[in-house]
Amino acid sequence: MSKIEVRNIYKVFGAKPERWLAAAQAGMSKEELLAKSGHTLGLRDISLSIEEGSIYVIMGLSGSGKSTLIRHFNRLIEPSAGSILVDGEDVTQLSKRGLEQFRQRKMSMVFQRFGLFPHRTVLDNAAYGLQVQGVAKAERERRATDWLDQVGLAGFAHQYPHQLSGGMQQRVGLARALATDAEILLMDEAFSALDPLIRRDMQDQLLQLQAKLNKTIVFITHDLDEALRLGNRIAILKDGELIQEGTPEDILLSPANAYVQSFLQDVNRSKVLNAAHAANPSRLTLTMRSRPAQVLERMRALDYAYAPVLDGKRLAGVLTRERARDAVDAASRDISAYVDEMASVPAGTNLEDVLGHLLRTDAPLAVTDDNDEFVGMLSRAKVVELVTPPEAPVEEAAEASADADVGATAEATPERAA
Amino acid sequence: MSFPQLIAPRELRGSIDAFVDHLVTDYADTLSELSRPLLLALNWLEGVLRQSPWWAIVLAVVGIAWLVSRRVGLALGMGALLCGIGLLGLWDAGMQTLSLMIMATLLSVLIGIPMGIAMARIDWLRAIMRPVLDVMQTMPSFVYLIPVVMLFGLGKIPAIIATVIYAVPPLIRLTDLGIRLVDQEVLEASRAFGANPRQQLFGVQLPLALPNIMAGINQTTMMALSMVVIASMIGARGLGYEVLLGINRLEVGRGLLAGLAIVVLAVLFDRITQSYGQRVRVGGQR
Repeated sequence: MSKIEVRNIYKVFGAKPERWLAAAQAGMSKEELLAKSGHTLGLRDISLSIEEGSIYVIMGLSGSGKSTLIRHFNRLIEPSAGSILVDGEDVTQLSKRGLEQFRQRKMSMVFQRFGLFPHRTVLDNAAYGLQVQGVAKAERERRATDWLDQVGLAGFAHQYPHQLSGGMQQRVGLARALATDAEILLMDEAFSALDPLIRRDMQDQLLQLQAKLNKTIVFITHDLDEALRLGNRIAILKDGELIQEGTPEDILLSPANAYVQSFLQDVNRSKVLNAAHAANPSRLTLTMRSRPAQVLERMRALDYAYAPVLDGKRLAGVLTRERARDAVDAASRDISAYVDEMASVPAGTNLEDVLGHLLRTDAPLAVTDDNDEFVGMLSRAKVVELVTPPEAPVEEAAEASADADVGATAEATPERAA
Repeated sequence: MSFPQLIAPRELRGSIDAFVDHLVTDYADTLSELSRPLLLALNWLEGVLRQSPWWAIVLAVVGIAWLVSRRVGLALGMGALLCGIGLLGLWDAGMQTLSLMIMATLLSVLIGIPMGIAMARIDWLRAIMRPVLDVMQTMPSFVYLIPVVMLFGLGKIPAIIATVIYAVPPLIRLTDLGIRLVDQEVLEASRAFGANPRQQLFGVQLPLALPNIMAGINQTTMMALSMVVIASMIGARGLGYEVLLGINRLEVGRGLLAGLAIVVLAVLFDRITQSYGQRVRVGGQR
């Protein structure tokens, strides 16, 4: 069971939304609805499921309905149709009192323009959620001070919000949201109003806090870099419709349509993708005991210049075709004496760093995982393909690039054997 | 060519007259009974102001001015202005007017702020109240002075009622405006943390609307002061009565000095309420 289940949410804005809901549900387009009725379709048939302890990013340009959607989670905006389950409880059915309780305990929120109370000190702002709950003054001030320390605002407790910089104001907003110990944190473009360096700081801080607190975070942004950096999963909205939903890799590697792709144009892909994405499982792996004659024959057949040699699941080294021939000439029993050292990179290395490796040397490169186990050989062609964004119409032809210098990869097809 | 007569103005006037007569005969006693507490409070306040030694009143005004503005210069200036009224020989009349003003302002606040809050929350009430407020501000005050005097008799009560009718609209309007101008994201934040409507009103909306509300109170006092001469025509004593005497006896000097004393009171009220509004603004918002 996921933490938050959003089921078939529709939102029609206007004077008589209930009259036009059916039309929207029957598939009337946003433009047609606006022209016929003057009503705006805010959200169409949105269903999401958000796992506990994850950062779920909802992304879209302005007007895509992302801020409308996040306000449905705590019912700052009422849905026209559909339901939202939090821990299996339908938020849309809560009474007024129940909703207040729910907002106090279950969810807290961080706002784009901070939403701080200008007439309260930083401390009183951070303690607001607790004050609403009716926590005694000394206790709520102790807890608020604690959270202000955690977000790096120790010593600012008695200032007023307007005396702080934008980044510090948003830290107050974050402390206020964290102070209630709600399990779910809604962040509505929380870092969009900050300048890039501060934004990066705040992202780092959020990730650090999340590693400690393990909350369920719903994060809204219009910035794909931010989405890819923070999100465990990403949903992309356009004109109130869900276009694509998946892990950052899913979205980068297989964009659902041209709209998503146009987003991807400006993304620094080499920072998001890592060596594992560019690794090819080798079709020919050898062990120390492999017979030289057999090996040489296979390598000739596959037109491989070299093949990885494993020791159990670990990488032992590489055997080149010349060394295999030497082994045959010397009539060795196995290839163990002819295996050379091979460089390897961990699977988590981002492609930016991998590119550096590739530029420095022509030698083959293996990819290993956290336990030092062999994942595959790094494919130069794949690196190039991943790092360059696909053109608007995706062309399969790009894949057919020369790969001879890498050798032991899947692209080196048997048909191209000499 | 005369305008076609669709309704008969003579009958209309007659029926309105009859209605008011009916009100007066049936309800005048009840109404004056109901207004007794107000009269008692007013008499008490007037007694306090007129019987206290002059220096005590001056000290009190200096103290209040300092409390709301935290500026020594302003506070002393206010005290000096008040002494000016005494120097003009109008101390007693000034205290009568001051007590009437304070009561009218208090009543206006008691009526105006809740009304403004209600208007900010209920859209249809706002739609009804806006033209009503326009009428209250533009209808010549003599028009409602006559029935009010008929109902309550001559004296301070009708004077206060007429003053409040004329002076309360800006406070209602500015309270409504102030609450509506509160940053929606800030209000949304308080809702998102589960604040109930009462917590939203007293914790966020009213504090943030306070500068506007103070401007409304300021406007109300100014308009109330401009009513004192008219109020004196229906039996309220004080500075307005002095002006009226000046007019009746063609004594320009008496009229002018009393007029100056009214201006001095206006400046007192204005500076004190404004500096409080300013301090509220500086303390919280930018």
